[in-house]
Amino acid sequence: MNKLKLRLMGFWAYKDLLRELVIRDLKLKYRRSFLGYIWSVLNPLLTMVVLIIVFSSMFEQGIPNYPVYLLSGQILYNYMKQSTDFAMSSILMNASLIKKIYVPKYIFTVAKVSSGLIDLVFSLAALFVVMVFTGAPVTGYLLLVPFVLLQLYVFTLGLGLFLAQMNVFFRDINYIYSVLTMAWMYLTPIFYPFELLDPTLGWLIMHFNPMYLYIHQFRSIVVYGAMIDATFAFRGCVISIVMLLVGMATFIRKQDEFILYI
Amino acid sequence: MEEYIIEVNDLTVRFNLASQRVDNVKEYFIKLMRHELMFQEFLPLKHISFNVRRGEAWAFIGDNGCGKSTLLKTISGILKPYRGNIEVRGRVAPLIELGAGFDDDLTARENIFLNGTVLGHSRKFMKEHFDEIVEFADIRNFLDSPIKNYSSGMRARLGFSIATMVKPEILIVDEVLAVGDYKFREKCKVRMQEMLSGGTTLLFVSHSLKDVLELCDHAVYIKKGEVQMVGDTVEVCRQYNPEQTEEILQEMRKINSK
Repeated sequence: MNKLKLRLMGFWAYKDLLRELVIRDLKLKYRRSFLGYIWSVLNPLLTMVVLIIVFSSMFEQGIPNYPVYLLSGQILYNYMKQSTDFAMSSILMNASLIKKIYVPKYIFTVAKVSSGLIDLVFSLAALFVVMVFTGAPVTGYLLLVPFVLLQLYVFTLGLGLFLAQMNVFFRDINYIYSVLTMAWMYLTPIFYPFELLDPTLGWLIMHFNPMYLYIHQFRSIVVYGAMIDATFAFRGCVISIVMLLVGMATFIRKQDEFILYI
Repeated sequence: MEEYIIEVNDLTVRFNLASQRVDNVKEYFIKLMRHELMFQEFLPLKHISFNVRRGEAWAFIGDNGCGKSTLLKTISGILKPYRGNIEVRGRVAPLIELGAGFDDDLTARENIFLNGTVLGHSRKFMKEHFDEIVEFADIRNFLDSPIKNYSSGMRARLGFSIATMVKPEILIVDEVLAVGDYKFREKCKVRMQEMLSGGTTLLFVSHSLKDVLELCDHAVYIKKGEVQMVGDTVEVCRQYNPEQTEEILQEMRKINSK
């Protein structure tokens, strides 16, 4: 208990550093681009247009609003993928600093996952524009969006911490992970409807693919204007908390050895 | 009884020196299959003990690779002891490398905030001391250019200025005065002396015995990871390099008698 209190106090003492790191990420990402923050909005929109041109005729049956269906899945999945990719290299990228000054090392990982979240908020603006244009239901359930994003954030943070510590010891983990995320993307109903899946595979995905749990809840709100399914929300919360605990435990257990390998 | 600010007790630090570095999954499994996963133990520091009182200035001398920097890194919490323990009672400002944590693409202004928070200060605190830092580093005209356009001397000035702006209880200086011109080195020395008289404890690594003799009152001579001698600076320096020490002492006496 005492240890936990010390850790929390340590985190509190460095909260301004976290803030500076997030600001740095955002500034550097957009500093030299002409369109600046507009890119965060434009990027998912352009990808969506391409995907719609290719897939809309194939999958449109049974989906009331294909553009919103597609974009909502894509935004959440991209957030998870990009943030975990950055989180994975967060320790190695800051190696020179970690070698010279004592800083809580998880700060760098938390910063990466958090700055991705701000990008995600910009992308949501794009989604909202598409929702309005396509006449998607805009209901009070939209207030539940932060709840879904919180689950996704906690899950992504846990996975990011796990990957960050693995990457210190095994540098080729990012190649393995890029193959895994590709498979993961195809196993998540992002651009195709869930109903087209083989029933066994569908059952597996419904129970064990956390990304589908989050995307499903999100779509209930933005595509169907309905309440989120309680079972999905429950499973989503459990998986995200378990992932965070796994990530934290592995990270804390290994963090004192980082210095010997970076 | 006076309390020690730093207690180092029978400290041993261990590195795993893999005979061949295994840092990817593929090699790891190949080695695992062949039972070749062997680690060579390497102890950069063995059984180090000493105690530092508040306000003292300690120098660590020894040849390259003897473990001085490893010791300072352990005291500042970057490395963890393998055996023994370290007790540090106070805020440490490490100057192991000036400007560690500067981001090349950010401007000096942004870097001051970033670096300050890396050292554990709050944003508000940095705002209050911003002018002081800029003044000491003498970079007012270049505040908004990216730090990658800075010369190494300017970077060092800014780094030193940020790290010493707050009055830390323990200041760790590892061979950082070697960069920078003569004028700046003197300025740094003056600042360090000011801090010392203000009650800061100094841990100092330098190959310049002159700086050591001028600044420090205690010294530790480390040889191959083991303490060779602990004690008064002059005595320890004499043990380490008798001729040079005498030369410097004579010179200092001359200056004092003038």
